[in-house]
Amino acid sequence: MSHANTILVRVSAIEPLTPLIKRFALSPAAGGFLPAFSGGSHIIVVMRGATRVHRNPYSLLSPPNLLDSYQIGVRRMEVSRGGSMFMHDHVRIGSELEITHPVNLFNLDKLARKHILIAGGIGITPFMAQMEDLRAGSVPYELHYSVRGPEHSAFRDRLLERHGARIRIYHDSANDFIDVEGLLGNQPLGTHVYVCGPAGMIEKVVGTARIAGWSGSHIHWEQFSAPPVGDAFDVFLAKSGVSVRVPPDQSLLEAIEAAGVDAPYLCRGGVCGECRTKVLEVDGVLVHNDHFLSSEEKESGRAIMPCVSRAQCTKLVLDL
Amino acid sequence: MSVVFKANETFRDDFTFRNSPKAIRRFPLPFVDDEYMYSVNIEPHTPGPKGSVTEFAIDVDEHYIAECKDREIVLLEDPLRYQALPHMMSAQWDVLELIMESMSRDYPELFSLTKTGNRWAWTNRPLGIHTEFTFGDAATLPREPLDYITRQVQGDWVVMDQREGDLFAEAGMVTTPADWSLDFDIGMTFKEWHGPVPLAHELSVFTRALKFLLNLRLNEPVRRLNWTMTIHPRLDTSPEFYYRWGKDRASVTPESVADDAHLRVELQGLWRLPRSNGIVFSIRCYLISMRELASVPKWARRVHRVLKNLDPALVDYKGLTRYRDTVVDWLAPFDDGAPTSPGAGPD
Ligand code: FES
Repeated sequence: MSHANTILVRVSAIEPLTPLIKRFALSPAAGGFLPAFSGGSHIIVVMRGATRVHRNPYSLLSPPNLLDSYQIGVRRMEVSRGGSMFMHDHVRIGSELEITHPVNLFNLDKLARKHILIAGGIGITPFMAQMEDLRAGSVPYELHYSVRGPEHSAFRDRLLERHGARIRIYHDSANDFIDVEGLLGNQPLGTHVYVCGPAGMIEKVVGTARIAGWSGSHIHWEQFSAPPVGDAFDVFLAKSGVSVRVPPDQSLLEAIEAAGVDAPYLCRGGVCGECRTKVLEVDGVLVHNDHFLSSEEKESGRAIMPCVSRAQCTKLVLDL
Repeated sequence: MSVVFKANETFRDDFTFRNSPKAIRRFPLPFVDDEYMYSVNIEPHTPGPKGSVTEFAIDVDEHYIAECKDREIVLLEDPLRYQALPHMMSAQWDVLELIMESMSRDYPELFSLTKTGNRWAWTNRPLGIHTEFTFGDAATLPREPLDYITRQVQGDWVVMDQREGDLFAEAGMVTTPADWSLDFDIGMTFKEWHGPVPLAHELSVFTRALKFLLNLRLNEPVRRLNWTMTIHPRLDTSPEFYYRWGKDRASVTPESVADDAHLRVELQGLWRLPRSNGIVFSIRCYLISMRELASVPKWARRVHRVLKNLDPALVDYKGLTRYRDTVVDWLAPFDDGAPTSPGAGPD
């Protein structure tokens, strides 16, 4: 069950939003409409490059009720395995791509009495769609959006136009930062907080909320770790009887797929748990980059999330 | 395909429900083996063979009209069989869309759906219903969307909200339950709701099933079969009306068993819902009397063996204690000890 269910789309618009972020509109190649989705959902975009296939998760930022195309925001990552560079440099209007059906791992809580959304940089994208859902409802919400400087605030005009005073934008360049303690210190009962952005921001918000006594079920965060680059290593897939070399700029999951072995996945960002794989043997250390396994599980060395994690070893044997 | 409806058969009082020979042959026997073990047995809900109950996402069979009528009778007497908490409205629309799209696509001669933007027109020919409404605007339908559409489809429907890493049953239409109650279970988490199954918890099957469902994907529904037995072809075996049907269990005699004892099979389907990110759980009940079942020699042998060797804890849980032996005795002459062919289908 990995990617049998993809949809062929055609790029129908490309628009630079900031010096680093481009917006892509993806329309169904067969015409008609794309599947409905809920705010906070992401898709996996399959990019077939000349030498390899990239599969990257992107949050849907278009309004959930507009289904003639999906929109995604892609930030150009210089140090990466190449998916975002492929999107920026090789994808043109008219290019065909495959996408998966949307998956939502960053759901708005339907019982919340108030929603506080906190975004950093490209982390704004899931909120764009969520706020359309919120705008149609009656529960109060507010967005705190932190960017490096005015030229980096993608969607500024659209946000202000659609949500007016519910939006507050902060510019690092002006030394204007979100006062997380102040924000979370005094909120009505039943408030939920959602954060999406760089790791440091997520830690700060989640940590502050916990200290302020928020219940874990009221704190939501999403961070797709882009699979980090690392040293090359070899892996043996015991069930398939296949040896695979994982190069520095490819993830373990990508290398497994490139070798023709079908492995499960959902988010490709270390969040959902779907790709969890049993480690049968390792003669070095596992480099866990996921947000799914508990620290005990990570230490035990018996499981790995191949979508984002790697190993520093000469021999790794997986139950695949 | 054309369905000939048995519009006037009944699931109560005089119990005139019967299966046609065609309905018998497509009955979804849940036993792939001569032995039954509890398992989660979830598989992708992909189209099965032509004519089978899984040919289409939602099966419409010869009992369609009669089952919809029986639902109306239950709801008149006990309106709480339909319930939906206020935050489930987007999920209600998701379910309405799923049902209307599936039925109109797969049974175009019976149902049709036309969309002009948000203006939808739905025609249900077997029940003589035509409704024009605005998708997303509940005021344009005669009832809440889930209530409206589940009166026009067979099977019970339970809608779950996903939050806090769990699933909560928070809306549903339940008029054909195998001894469980929506009114009692509404708001429960997945595990609370499935709490009382013996042998299941020890196997932690529900922990695994929950994890699996939390990651259930759009467009990739799954299904499983479950079963029990019911005396008389009674769809509504709810705890609310236990006083009406509980005593039937003690009424089975060697003379009545062939026509009174029914195998009750639930085809359970689970779909991820697009706008609400909820999950809908459909529980479709198929009934077959022992006499009908024994018209398929393989099934008579197999069901005899399954019931004879069933784990006592399951006999008890499924409420078969009072009459299991009577059923086994009636089936015994059909079992010559010959091996049964692999799979559940008739030979
Ligand atoms: S695919 Fe989701 S954690 Fe790896």
